[in-house]
Formats: sequence, C-alpha cells, structure tokens
Amino acid sequence: MYIYDEIDQRLVDERVSQYRDQTRRFLAGKLSEDEFRALRLRNGLYIQRHAPMLRIAIPYGLLASRQLRKLAHIARTYDRGYGHFSTRQNMQFNWPQLERVPDILAELATVQMHGIQTSGNCVRNITTDHFGGVAADELIDSYVWCEVLRQWAMFHPEFSYLPRKFKIAVNGAQADRAAVKIHDVGLHAVHDANGELGFRVLVGGGLGRTPIIGSVIREFLPWQHLLTYLDAILRVYNRYGRRDNIHKARIKILVKARTPEVFAQEVESEWAHLKDGPATLIPEEIQRIEARFTRSAYAKLPATDANLEVALAADRAFRNWHLRNVVRHKVPGYAAVTLSLKKTGVPPGDVTAEQMDAIAQLADRYSFGELRVSHEQNVILADVKLSDLHALWQEAHALGLATPNIGMLTNIICCPGGDFCSLANAKSIPVAAAIQERFDDLDYLYDIGELDLNMSGCMNACGHHHVGHIGILGVDKQGAEYYQISIGGSQGNDASLGKVLGPSVSQAEVPGVIEKLIEFYLAHRVADAERFIDLVRRIGIEPFKEHVYGVRNQAAADRRRQLATA
Amino acid sequence: MAFVIRQRQIAADNWQLLKPAADGSAPALPADGDVIVPLALWRGQRADLLARSGRLGVWLDGHEDPAEIAGDLACFALVAVNFSNFGDGRGYSIGRLLRERYGYKGELRAIGTVVRDHLYYMAGCGFDSFLMRDGEDPAESLAAFGDFSDSHQATVERPLPLFRRRSGTTASGH
Ligand code: SF4
Repeated sequence: MYIYDEIDQRLVDERVSQYRDQTRRFLAGKLSEDEFRALRLRNGLYIQRHAPMLRIAIPYGLLASRQLRKLAHIARTYDRGYGHFSTRQNMQFNWPQLERVPDILAELATVQMHGIQTSGNCVRNITTDHFGGVAADELIDSYVWCEVLRQWAMFHPEFSYLPRKFKIAVNGAQADRAAVKIHDVGLHAVHDANGELGFRVLVGGGLGRTPIIGSVIREFLPWQHLLTYLDAILRVYNRYGRRDNIHKARIKILVKARTPEVFAQEVESEWAHLKDGPATLIPEEIQRIEARFTRSAYAKLPATDANLEVALAADRAFRNWHLRNVVRHKVPGYAAVTLSLKKTGVPPGDVTAEQMDAIAQLADRYSFGELRVSHEQNVILADVKLSDLHALWQEAHALGLATPNIGMLTNIICCPGGDFCSLANAKSIPVAAAIQERFDDLDYLYDIGELDLNMSGCMNACGHHHVGHIGILGVDKQGAEYYQISIGGSQGNDASLGKVLGPSVSQAEVPGVIEKLIEFYLAHRVADAERFIDLVRRIGIEPFKEHVYGVRNQAAADRRRQLATA
Repeated sequence: MAFVIRQRQIAADNWQLLKPAADGSAPALPADGDVIVPLALWRGQRADLLARSGRLGVWLDGHEDPAEIAGDLACFALVAVNFSNFGDGRGYSIGRLLRERYGYKGELRAIGTVVRDHLYYMAGCGFDSFLMRDGEDPAESLAAFGDFSDSHQATVERPLPLFRRRSGTTASGH
C-alpha cells in the first residue's frame, strides 16, 4: 500500500472541498447541467438510468483492509448494502444521492481514497497486473511506477480537458497481465542490453466501437524519461485529437489516421523540447515512493508445507480450489489466492457490505491486511502462508467466495449491463447467470480447461468482450435484446481481437450456443493441453460457425416442417 | 457582466476583442483604441495593425498553431487564447507552448468559455489574464486560484515539479 504524505492528503482534502462547492453551485442553479456533468464525472459521479452511480478509485487495484471496511460502511450508509467491482479496478455504487456525494468523498478521504479522475475526459486510474510484487517473472514492482504516474496524472493542468478519456496500463513482468495492448498507452517494463530499466511504449490500443491492438511507438524508453515522454504523447493528442465526434475522439483514431509511424515522429519531435527538462525523473523520487509503500514482513518458511499436502490429498473440493484459485508466490512458503466473486446467480463483481467486512478480516488475518482487486472482478489475497491455505479456504467457502473457477468459463467478466447502465442495449447479468447455471458441473468445467468468457451490454465494451476467448455483446435488434457472439479474442502477450461468429441470437439461445461451441471444441482438440483459443487459432472460426449455425438452421427447418405437417 | 481578472485581481479593461463576422470575413478595424485581433487579420493586415495608435493584441483559436506567431511576439501587448467550450482543452497546451517554448512574457489571456472551475488549470499553463464568461461571480472566481495549495506537475508558475522541490534537486543532469 502506498501511504500518503501530508501533501497527498492535503490535495485530496482540497478536492473534496472543491467538489462540495461545485455541488452547492449546481444545486443553487449557478452551474448548468452540462458543465456540472464535466465536473462531477471527474469525481466519479455518473447519472444513470435508475440513479446516480459513483465510481471510486482503487489505484492500480491495491486496497488495505481499513479501506475496504470504509467501502462497506459507505455501502451501508449511502447505498443499498453492496457495491460492484468493475473491470477497471474500481468500485462502483449504484444508488448514492447526488447531494450526499461530497460527504461520501469526505469519508473516503479519511482512508486516503477518492473518486478523482475515475471518469471524464482526463487520465484515468492507472491499472496494472494484480500479481504485482509477488509474481516470479517480475522485472519491477509495477505499483511503484503506477504511483509515480498517479501523481503525474492527478490534476495535470495541461491534460485535464482531453478530447476523451485516457487509460494507461503498466506491466512490470514478462507476461502481460495488464493488457497493455488494449490501452490508450501501454507501458511494458523491459531491460536494455546494458540491463538498464525502461519501458516499451504502445499507443492507440482500445476496445469500444473500434477495437484496435496498440502499436509500439518506442521499443525502449529509459525510465528517467517516462513523464516527459508521456507529456509529449498527451500534448500531441490534446492538440490534434478529434473533438467534433465523441466516437472518433480516442487517441487510437488519431494514431490510425496519422499512422503509428507518423504519430511516433510527432511525439519524438515534441519530446525533443521536453526531454531532460525538469519533469525528468530522478532516482531519489523513485526511492521515496518505494519507501512509502508498506511491505509485507514475510517469515522465513520452507517451500512446502506437509499439512497442506495432507489436506490436499484428503479433500477433493479443496484440491480443486487449490488448483484453480491459488498461484505460486516468489517468496517460499507463500501463495497468492483469488477469492471468487463469480458465484452462480450473483452478478459478477458484486459484493455485499458483509462480504467486504469479511474479506477485510480475511486480509487482516491471512495476508498482511492488504488485498487486490483484479480486472477480472475478483479479489486477491497476495501473501498467504501455505500453512494457512486450508483454513482460509474453509472460511472463504462459508462466505461464498471459494468458487473454484479462476481461468474457467464460469469466471465470466461482465459489465453491469441493462440492469444498471443507461447505455446498454441488453442485459448482461442474467445471461452470465444462465451460462453459469448451464456449466455448473465442475468436472465438465475442468475438462473444458482455460477459457475466458467476457460480456458487454453494448459496444462501449466495458466487459472487454473483444478479448474474451468467447465474447458476448449485447445488441439492439429492432428494440429487442440480442447477443452477438465472437470467438478468438485474447489478452496478454499474444493479444488478439475476437471475430464475430454469425447473426446475433436471443437471450434464451445464448447458453445453447456456448454449449455448441464447447461441444465442438471438446470433440476436435488434439490434446487436453490445446485450449479453446488454441483450437480457434489452429482451425479458424468457420468450422465453429458451421457447427453452431448449421445446427440452428437445421432446428428451424425441423420446426417449419413440423408446422407444415401439423 | 463579463469582467477581467488580471494578476489575480478584478481589473478595468479597455481591450476590444475583434471577432470574424458570421460569414467568416475579417472584422472591421476601429480607428483607435486597444484591439485584440484574430490571427487571420494579423496575417493579412500586419502593416496596418502596426501603424495604428492603440495597443495591439492577437488571439488564437484552439486549432491554431502558436508557432505562427512565435517570431512576432514582440509586436503584441497581449496574446489571447480562445476556449470554444467548457471541455475544449487545446488552449492549455497552447498556453504552455507560448510560455515555455516561445518564451512569451507578456499578458496571456484566456477568452471564450472561461469559468471559475478552469482557472486553477489555466493559471498552471501560464495564463495570467482571464476574460470571465458572463454570469461568473467575481469573488468566487478569485477564490478558485486557491483550490489546490500545491501541484505535482511542473507548471508555468512553479517550473519545478513537486518531486524536485521535495528533493531539492533543480538541475535535471541526466
Ligand atoms: S458495456 Fe455498455 S452496457 Fe456495459 S457498462 Fe459499458 S456502457 Fe454500460
């Protein structure tokens, strides 16, 4: 956890006062709807179909137990007793009252939290790998760099009114778990031939209406120049990004229009003026920020635990969970545990105030009082002793947080959709529930193996459907809710965008189509190790398409025949 | 009534802001008095403008490039930048370029949709003069400069970012 210093705290407190005054002026009729909109959004407040929605930043997904308790308190006091973890490592509340938002923000400030820049046309919450600091393949602690960027981005005077929102992801490990290729700017830590640290810089990736994989505009940016180089990128975007059409305003459109090569040259010539200027980073600052992070005081432990082995041998359900929800830690004797918020019948990412309190307690007892929120909308306890795993599993199980489905089909990533979001074409939560129900046989699920299923309620793609191995998108078909299914998407080092399978289907048909896809996959994989996505890559989408639609057309033909003979 | 803030005070102001006519044609030039002219007028009638008796200012729109006047800055007693609407952020970059790259030291005025909530950021980008939009409250506007007591970034007002002020290092030296 990064611990604020006096200046960090003061700025957040001042933000609360500023927003309180803006709310007051709005309620007094001194600020128009439109102008207040621009101001409330950058404090996380949306006005949705049913009520306002408040989005609270969880910077780079890191959360302390006392902060989670505060969120539980807010859920109880100002909302309806629960919250929702979004795919952007934020927490959303769906029923706060506009008049009380300044009070909520003031409460948050007491635990070093806020809603700053969680929405609006500005630099948003920086996201990263949820296994930062514990993964074995890590080059750098990405949290430190995310914090450097958080400070740079907060109230940036030049870049507070960008053409559109701007999302930055940092990946500090070899494997890309931060999805750097689908962000406005992706920063991937690398070492050069001399072992110096730097970043590979990608721009112009993104999902939404125009999904694009980002382009590398610099293979190696020495770390000292991170901020000046970002200033250069943002300045080119701020000046030349389109502002006439909201759907063409993201940086990806500018990069595409100019070509990545030309865009890169423009950035380089802008950077030539800024390089080595006062915003050039210094080692003292990196050290200062590093030192403000709390560090887990690991015990010296053996790499294995005999009791754990016994429990694993004795208890199949525990073994399943261990297989799916526990990953290796770089420190011997520890593991990182994912608590699943994807129980069948519960909207993905939803968490009640009671669960928040209980998770906070688990974090205190088992993981140094800290936890992480993943973009897959689960919670991670990153520093659990191997000897504690069985006890933790039992408690998590009792709380409904031990669904052993991480990396599996039922670990669905899903936006709030039509139940909550005013932009939605279709509901997403009941569809996720129907799929989870269809695949509730664990043996079958494990046989299917690793599979990402992502769903969005409209083409804004908050559920990242383009990069799901299977993606589901809510579409509007003459006023009815339909679903377009795509396959072959993926995120990570080999990121790709899914391809649409065929005509969209009704809500009732979705689980059946997924089942058909899985059926086909199981019948055609050459080995268990060939994942669904691997098969799609090997044979293309056509055979899947034929299997799904061929059979569907057949069914329709059968029905017609029956009707004709009736 | 619109009013002007200059150097953090409500200031009397005699500048006339000349805008192109609705059909885009150049505005008529008054015989005397202080005028702020559109960039196109400066480009087209440079000699006439320099020959006038009143003071001369020029204004840039968000899409216009400050590089175009970089060599002429000594001719102007004021440079203004237009913010076409509440969310138009291009002028912030223009302000910084004028100050930091082109070395403009004179009065730099924000015009257009300039409201209380922008002032802190505009000041950070080098603006020291503000033609406030109709209906803004003078006292509330002046208070806006104090919205935040510090900023992380290097700004025109505080050329060293917070981390350099904290560590006491001034030169970049890398
Ligand atoms: S994808 Fe669409 S429906 Fe879903 S949360 Fe985003 S905007 Fe709303």
